[in-house]
Formats: sequence, C-alpha cells, structure tokens
Amino acid sequence: MRQTDVVIIGGGPAGLAAAVRLWEKGIRDILILEREHFLGGILRQCIHDGFGLTRFGETLSGPEYAARFIDQALEMGIPYMTDVTVIDISGDRKVTASSRDGILEIQAKAVVLTMGCRERTRGAISIPGQRPAGVYTAGVAQSYINLQNKMVGREVVILGSGDIGMIMARRMTLEGAHVQAVFEVQPYASGLPRNIEQCLNDYGIPLYLSHTVTEIKGTDRLEAVVVSEVDGRMQPVPGTEKEYPCDTLILSVGLIPENELSLSAGVVLDERSKGAVVDEYHQTSVPGIFAAGNVLQVHDLVDFVSMEAESLADSVVRYLTEGQLAECGLEVKTDGNVTHTIPQRISGSQDFKLSLRVRKPVRNALIRLSQGEKVILEKKMPKAIPAEMIQIPVKAEKLSREKDLEVSVVW
Amino acid sequence: MTGFDVVIIGAGVVGSAVARELSRYRVHAAVLEKELDVACGNSSRNTGMLHAGFTYKPGTLKAECAVEGNQEFDQVAKELEVPFRRTGKVVVGFTEHDRENLLKFKAVGEQNGVRGMRIIDKEELHRLDSSAGGEFAMYVPDSGILDPMQYTIALAENACQNGVEFYFGQEVVAIEREGEDYLVKTRKGEFRTRWVVNCAGMYAPEISEMLGYPHYPTKGFKGEYFILDKKAGKHLRIPVYPAPNDKGGFSTHATPTVDGNVLVGPDSYVTEGREDYAVTKEHLDGLIADGQKMFKHMKREYFIRNFAGIRWKRYDPETGEILDFLLEAEEDKPNTVNLVGIESPGITCALPLARRAVKILAEREQLAENPDFNPCRKGIRKYIEMTTEEKKAAIAENPDYGEVVCRCENVSRAEILQAIHNPLGVHTVTGIKNRTRATMGRCQGGYCETRITKMIEEELGISPEEVRYSRKDGYMFTGKVREEQ
Repeated sequence: MRQTDVVIIGGGPAGLAAAVRLWEKGIRDILILEREHFLGGILRQCIHDGFGLTRFGETLSGPEYAARFIDQALEMGIPYMTDVTVIDISGDRKVTASSRDGILEIQAKAVVLTMGCRERTRGAISIPGQRPAGVYTAGVAQSYINLQNKMVGREVVILGSGDIGMIMARRMTLEGAHVQAVFEVQPYASGLPRNIEQCLNDYGIPLYLSHTVTEIKGTDRLEAVVVSEVDGRMQPVPGTEKEYPCDTLILSVGLIPENELSLSAGVVLDERSKGAVVDEYHQTSVPGIFAAGNVLQVHDLVDFVSMEAESLADSVVRYLTEGQLAECGLEVKTDGNVTHTIPQRISGSQDFKLSLRVRKPVRNALIRLSQGEKVILEKKMPKAIPAEMIQIPVKAEKLSREKDLEVSVVW
Repeated sequence: MTGFDVVIIGAGVVGSAVARELSRYRVHAAVLEKELDVACGNSSRNTGMLHAGFTYKPGTLKAECAVEGNQEFDQVAKELEVPFRRTGKVVVGFTEHDRENLLKFKAVGEQNGVRGMRIIDKEELHRLDSSAGGEFAMYVPDSGILDPMQYTIALAENACQNGVEFYFGQEVVAIEREGEDYLVKTRKGEFRTRWVVNCAGMYAPEISEMLGYPHYPTKGFKGEYFILDKKAGKHLRIPVYPAPNDKGGFSTHATPTVDGNVLVGPDSYVTEGREDYAVTKEHLDGLIADGQKMFKHMKREYFIRNFAGIRWKRYDPETGEILDFLLEAEEDKPNTVNLVGIESPGITCALPLARRAVKILAEREQLAENPDFNPCRKGIRKYIEMTTEEKKAAIAENPDYGEVVCRCENVSRAEILQAIHNPLGVHTVTGIKNRTRATMGRCQGGYCETRITKMIEEELGISPEEVRYSRKDGYMFTGKVREEQ
C-alpha cells in the first residue's frame, strides 16, 4: 500500500491552502485527491467578484481566487490527482479512493478533511406540494448556468436569503430572467449585507422577511408557488397565502458540512456546527485526522476558509514532527445566543483563534469569554449578525489550564 | 399500424407483470402507458412491503394472491434480480385489546396460509429489534421488503426482452370495437388489437367503461411518507408495525428499505384527486408527531425527501364497504380482461394476478409457448455493493465503474450509462434515478444531477431543451444562457 505523509481530501480552497502552506513549511510528501476534473472546488462556478479582499487585499472572482492557490501549487509541484473520489477513510488513516484507473489505497500519517459542504434541499426542509421540474438549489442552478451554459428558467422565485441565492438572483436577472422576489423565513437575512445591496437592491428585487413557500404547484414543470407570512415561531399564518406564478424556484436555504467520509473514519461530529469536533490544532477526535474549511463549519467568506486551512497546516506540520499533539482537555461551551464555536476543545496553554456565529442579530453586543468566574476577554460589537462569522484571537497568557471556556453574548 | 394480439393498458406493477407472464407465450403484445416510464403511479408510491397476507379476509382474491405472491418471491427476486430481503415483521402491542387483535389476525393469517406466525414476548422482540417499542408482538417471518420501482422495472424489462413492446406517453382516450378487433385510441395514435387487458390502476374504472364494463365506484385513500437518511436506517433492522385497528388498518409506522433508508408513513385520508400526489404540511406534521412514537430516530436532520401515494380502492356505494380486487372477463365483452380496484397489496399480488389474467386468455385461445422465453433478467450491478476486490475487477474490465458520479450513493458512470441505455428506452432524469439510485441520497442530486443531465444529452444526442425531469412537459432547461462564440 502506498504510504504518504499527508493526504488532503478535496482540492477546493481549503485543501489548496493547506497544501501550499504544508509545502512552504517543508512537507513534500503530500497528495491532494479531487473528485472533479479540475482543482478549485465550488469557486469554479462562482464567477462573480468579491473574493480575496481579506486574504489578498483585492477583489477577485472565484476562479481567479482559486487560481492564486492552484498556480502556487502547480509551481511548487505539489502532487495531486483529479477525477478521484475518496470512498472511505478508516480510523487508522487508510484512505480508499476510486477512479477510472482503479482503486487507490493509501496509508497516510495525517489526513486533512477539506470536503466542503452541500446545500440543504427541498426534502430536507419539507416544502409541501407537488413535484414538478423547475425546483433547483442555488448551487445547482449556478453550476448549470456558469459551467454548462444552460438556462434553468425564466420566471423565478427564490426561497432563502443565503448568499448563493442572492447571487443567483442577480445572475439570472443579468441573463434575462425575471426574478420576482426573495423570500426568507427568518425575520432577518441569512446572507451578507453587501449581497443584499449589490444583488437585490441594485436590481430592484424585493426581499420579504418572515415569509416562506408553503406550496409548490405544477405537475410537469413548476407553475406557481404559494408564499405565506410566518409568525414568531416560523409557522405559516393562515390567510396570508399569495400565489406567485413562476417556472423556477431557486432554494438557498442553508449549507451543511459534508461529513460522510469523516463519519466513516469515526470522527465525532458537533450537533451544532454539523462539522467535526476539533481542538485548537484543528485535529478531530481521531488522532491524525484534521479538518478545516466548510467541512468544519460553514464560512461566510472564502478568505477565512483559506486562513483556517493554513492554520490547520501549521498544526499538521507539528503533528508530523512531534508524532502527536498535546491533549486539549478543556471544553468550549456556548450559551443559547451562540450557534457554535470552532474549536470546541482547547488546551489553555497556547494562542488560538475562536470562530463563532450569533444565533440572531444583536445590536451593541458584548461577546464574553470566561473561565469560571474569571472573564478572559470581552469583544464589543455595535452589530452582530448570524450571516457573519465572528473571529476572536485568544492569547494563551490570559487562559487558565484548569477550567472550561464559556462563550456568551450579552447586550 | 399492424395489429397486436394483446394490448395491456398501464405499465404499473400489474401491467408489467401481465406483460411478463404473457411473454411466456408466442403473442404479439404491447403495453400502453400514459407516463414516460413504468411505475409512475402508485406502484412506486408505497412502502415496498412484501405482505404476508394476515389482514385480508379469507377467500378473497387479495388473501389468495398475497399469500401466493409472498411465498414465491424468493424465486421471483432471484430470477429478476430484484432488491429484496425477507426481513420478517413484528406487529407490536401494548394493551390487552391489542393482544386480542393480534390473535385475531394471527388466526386470519393461518386460515389464509401464512406460515410461522407467533406471539413473542418483550425480550424476544428486543432481540429482533432493540429499538422497537411494545410489550409483546406478533412475529411474521414471511414478510419482507423489496424495491417496488426496481421490481416493476424488472418485470417490464423481462417482458420487453421476451418480445413485448412498450409505448410510453400513450394515454388511452377511447376503445372502439371494429370487427373482431379493438381499436385502442391514444392521444398520439391508434393500436389495433384482438385482446385488451385493463391494468390502468387508478384509471381502471374509465378503461373498464370503455370496454363495456361498469364504471365501478372507487375512491382514493392517500398516504404521505418521509424518507429518512441511511444514518437513521442503522437503527431499524426489521419493519415494526403497531397493532392493527379492528379493521386491519395500520397507523403510521417505520419500515426499513432494501437500500438502508427508512420510510415513515403512510397516514391515510380520503382524496378526490386521481393524481393528488402533493404532500401537505398538515400531514407531514402529523407524520413527524406519530412517527416519533414508533421510531425514536425520526429527526429532521434525517429528512431526505417525502412523497405521497394513493390506495385507490373499489367500494360498495350502498354500504361503503371496501371491496376485493376485481378480475373479470365476461363473454359479452369478448377478448377482454378487466382488473379494477387493485391497490395494496398490489405489489405482492402482481404476479399471481397476472397469471390469473393470462390463464383466462390461455383458456380462450390456443397459446403456443414462447420457446425463447427467458425468465431471468439482469439488473444493473451496483458499485456500492461490491467488495474492494470486486470493485478492482469491475474497473479493470470497465473503467466507467471507477468513476463515481453520485457521491451519496456511490453510483458509477457505468451504472448511469446502463440506465440511460435501458431496454425500455426511458430517458427521463427520474428514470435514471429510479434505475440507479443516483440523486436519491442526502444531497438529492446537488452533486450528480448536473452530470447526469449532461450524460443524457451526450449519450442520446439531444439538446438540453429536450431533457425531461419526469413528465412530458417537465423540461429542465429553457435553452442556452448565451450562444457560444
């Protein structure tokens, strides 16, 4: 069986950033496994701009952003394989992959999970009604339009104010479709404010909060959707139904980290983030298996995906050099106002970056980190919204090695 | 168009079974189906249960055919390569009244010829399934689970390979008698035939009337279902049903599928709409509440999809009583076989019913055996079910097996290609899905649907606008985004 120091599962932004950083740190025995024909992951179909402001200080399209890393990886000569689908990872880091050339079995010293995420579907959120053609998730519609040059419809309604949904509202408008409205079940948008401005407001596309699709109509192709207002418990309010004739419904109703392979390796997942439970080294519950990017937690910006993966790479180097990493015995606990944190476990003995999201929009928020009675730090935020991932660097010198870390949001 | 000996109307499980049984003889037969594939109606919209036959009134066609169909199914599944497992079933009870009902149905089952049923205690129940609720249960070893879609496809493909012709998109609108022949008129054309077999399912009363039989009163009992992730399937090894009510009806239950998912449902309510397959918030909410009582892993994060099916039953308009399956062939409607009110347990009963229908034909005609009849049909070999060594060998022989197209169900390019070039000539995206399970996993085609539509276009040489999701006007693309330069 082939032996490799680091196998990276997925050649999207997280996998590429991890590979480049590993190489820079002197690790040479790397292998990126990518199931598609090209490296780049989902960025390949994100032809709009707005990527890279944080990481590169300039605005790039998705393919341009990916190319920065791909070019570097190619220049370095980092080994990679495309058209190879990993079908199993074992707890002792044996990776099994399938390709037209056969079954590839690799024993890795470290496995880096960078598989990204998938979209929630109509079935997952149980939209009632019939089952015609013309209901697409935003990412699938984006793939058809941007990668296959196929238009999916003309008269469009969008459910969910996720970033991809809003980007597709603009994209389809630019290609001649009529986007009637975006409906969001929650009382606030789930995507970034800049996308509300640039993708909806600039094109006169209305965004209706606290509304959802309550029925899909059409036997062959979509004919109409019924939209209702929802109450405080997100239940449809009878009598508010309004029918919108349309041929296309685009769903942008959330992303879920893609952890099927992680589970096969026995990696413990976090019910809240839907990704792996990791420590400050980005190491999962299985020693030698690490995770970063959208497979770990759904990010708002790709820049943070890259940076998370780079930080992971530093830990992998340490793992390879030292053989194992220090145990992280302290738990990161959250109150009800925080959806999840990364990491979920820390040692209390070194610096780390805490990522989190708030559950609902809060003005004049105070994010408080404490250990027992002792407040470690407080971050003031004039406005905290669920759409934005909040990142807080935490210094080791402020931490105790004795007590769990508690994260709370107060206002 | 040249004449047929037999035209079968409807390519559900019954029509496909009749076609398959008929293909044992030298007859020129055709199946007319209004949809673009087999099993588009209730043949695919059910629990996939191979019923043992303990709830049907002794002496009825339902009871007789269910027991016969159940007991022969190992052989059928083997011949046709139908995904099937004889799991057995437990019907659990909590109260003395439940126990009385179970004993009553055990007696009915025994009278019908169901084998091996016994009442088991809590301890044995938990050995069979540790997550099953209930104080005691009736264990029915003969019950099983199968893939009803694959079964119908298998029957139809086997019939097709043995010479029966399938015509899709052919909705029958009139049947006329012309001399010794029938002229079956569809929206697209005419089919001349000596015999007509009515297997039109929910539309059987209309065809019945066209043939000169009564327009039998029927009504729909609709049920909705949730399909749960295979992660939930790990917790359910055997179908666990609640004790039936006094009439033999079951409330919402959880059933494992042959592929490892879980079905929760169906509930039951009357519908007027013949193809009222829409799911409703009211009933989905009801399933969630009831399903959690029977199956503790009924969680939202496991929801993959939902669907509805309709048991379209014949009833007595005066008493309201639900009636048995009807299989008739009256002399004054020459050369016709009329099947009406075939609903649950129609999957289990399909082949026994088909044999009875074909027997009527054989009694009135001198049917010569088809010397080339082959009862066996090869299914598409699944990559996900192969061992690593088998995978290596399969890829070495055909590299398309190594290319994983559907990531959730690990469906390879080789399987998709076989499905696109299926013997029946079905080309819809749903048709590919039902033949391979691609797009059926938790991402619901998020990864593979874009690849599958492209493969359909390339393999069949059709334009994107011609690709159909599942029905005639179910187009997926309106055209190109921009003309290529």
